[in-house]
Amino acid sequence: MIALIENICIYKKAWITEDEMAELTVLAESTPGPIAINAATYVGHLRGGFWGALAATLGVVLPSLAVILAVSLFLDGLMEIKAVKSAFAGIRIAVGVIIISAAVNMFSKMKKTVLNIVIFAVSFAALLAINAFSLNLSTLVMMLIAGVVGLIAFALSRRKGGAQ
Amino acid sequence: MTLLQLFLAFLKVGAFTFGGAYAAIPLIRETVLSYGWMIDDKLSQMIAVSETTPGPIMVNIATYVGVFKAGFLGALIATFAVILPAFVIILLLVTVLKKFRGNAYVEAALGAVKPCVIGIILAVGVYMTAENVLGLEVGLSSVSFDRSAALIAAAAAAMLTGYKAAFKKRLSPIAVIIVCAGLGMLVYGV
Repeated sequence: MIALIENICIYKKAWITEDEMAELTVLAESTPGPIAINAATYVGHLRGGFWGALAATLGVVLPSLAVILAVSLFLDGLMEIKAVKSAFAGIRIAVGVIIISAAVNMFSKMKKTVLNIVIFAVSFAALLAINAFSLNLSTLVMMLIAGVVGLIAFALSRRKGGAQ
Repeated sequence: MTLLQLFLAFLKVGAFTFGGAYAAIPLIRETVLSYGWMIDDKLSQMIAVSETTPGPIMVNIATYVGVFKAGFLGALIATFAVILPAFVIILLLVTVLKKFRGNAYVEAALGAVKPCVIGIILAVGVYMTAENVLGLEVGLSSVSFDRSAALIAAAAAAMLTGYKAAFKKRLSPIAVIIVCAGLGMLVYGV
């Protein structure tokens, strides 16, 4: 995704500079929401203000909307066919493994501080338990707790640094 | 009512997903399961379709869940809701909130959310795989090992890790999905 944006916005259209692209990458990854939407809004605003942002965002959403609407029209009918059903039985298994692999990939890029590893391990174990025993705790609450822990750890380390 | 629920649910997904599409999957899953909109089976199908069609995966899933629950209008509303927070936040950050960027406290909080999200994604992947392979049910009440599913899961894992080891980059999920579709037809019959 980022590579495609880079290719179009810097080299083909010269809408943004490489510095702006670097800023865009940081912004897109540290703000919530789909990265493509963050990027489209940023580039659109840079080149055309609010309306530019709106136009770029709509542009990036429309293909998704059209393709998925089209797929949903005929896919449920196709699910009646045994071959399609079997194919999706295989695909369902692939999806679980792909999600694991994405997580492993993100973990290998994560900074391995003690705090990070503890937060990772606790979150993993907690969500497994929540799923297995269908407990009622939202992942949002877990993310919030992690954020607060991060803040406290940062404030403590700052204080320690200041005292020396 | 469903439209309002769709709007609120995907507004939440759009507002609290940090770090790309995979981070959205646990939240989307939690939401659709809690409303009873669909089961893991249907959700896996939607994730796979969203991976193999162009466009941001999160937007694709929102559109798909929306059209599944409430037709064309549902698709529009869910899609609008999932992109709204990203749109508003970026506009605010590049205009009025410039000073918040690079704030050390904000970064410390976000930095700690990241490992939490990775743990959550891993847990969802592991649980979904366990559901498929072990036929898990809530409360671990029933376990039945599905050998065909285990074989397909092993094949998918071997493809992903083998490719990474050989070419030092991630294999496109689309390739894994296509191969596993073929394996599914082979194992479960056509």
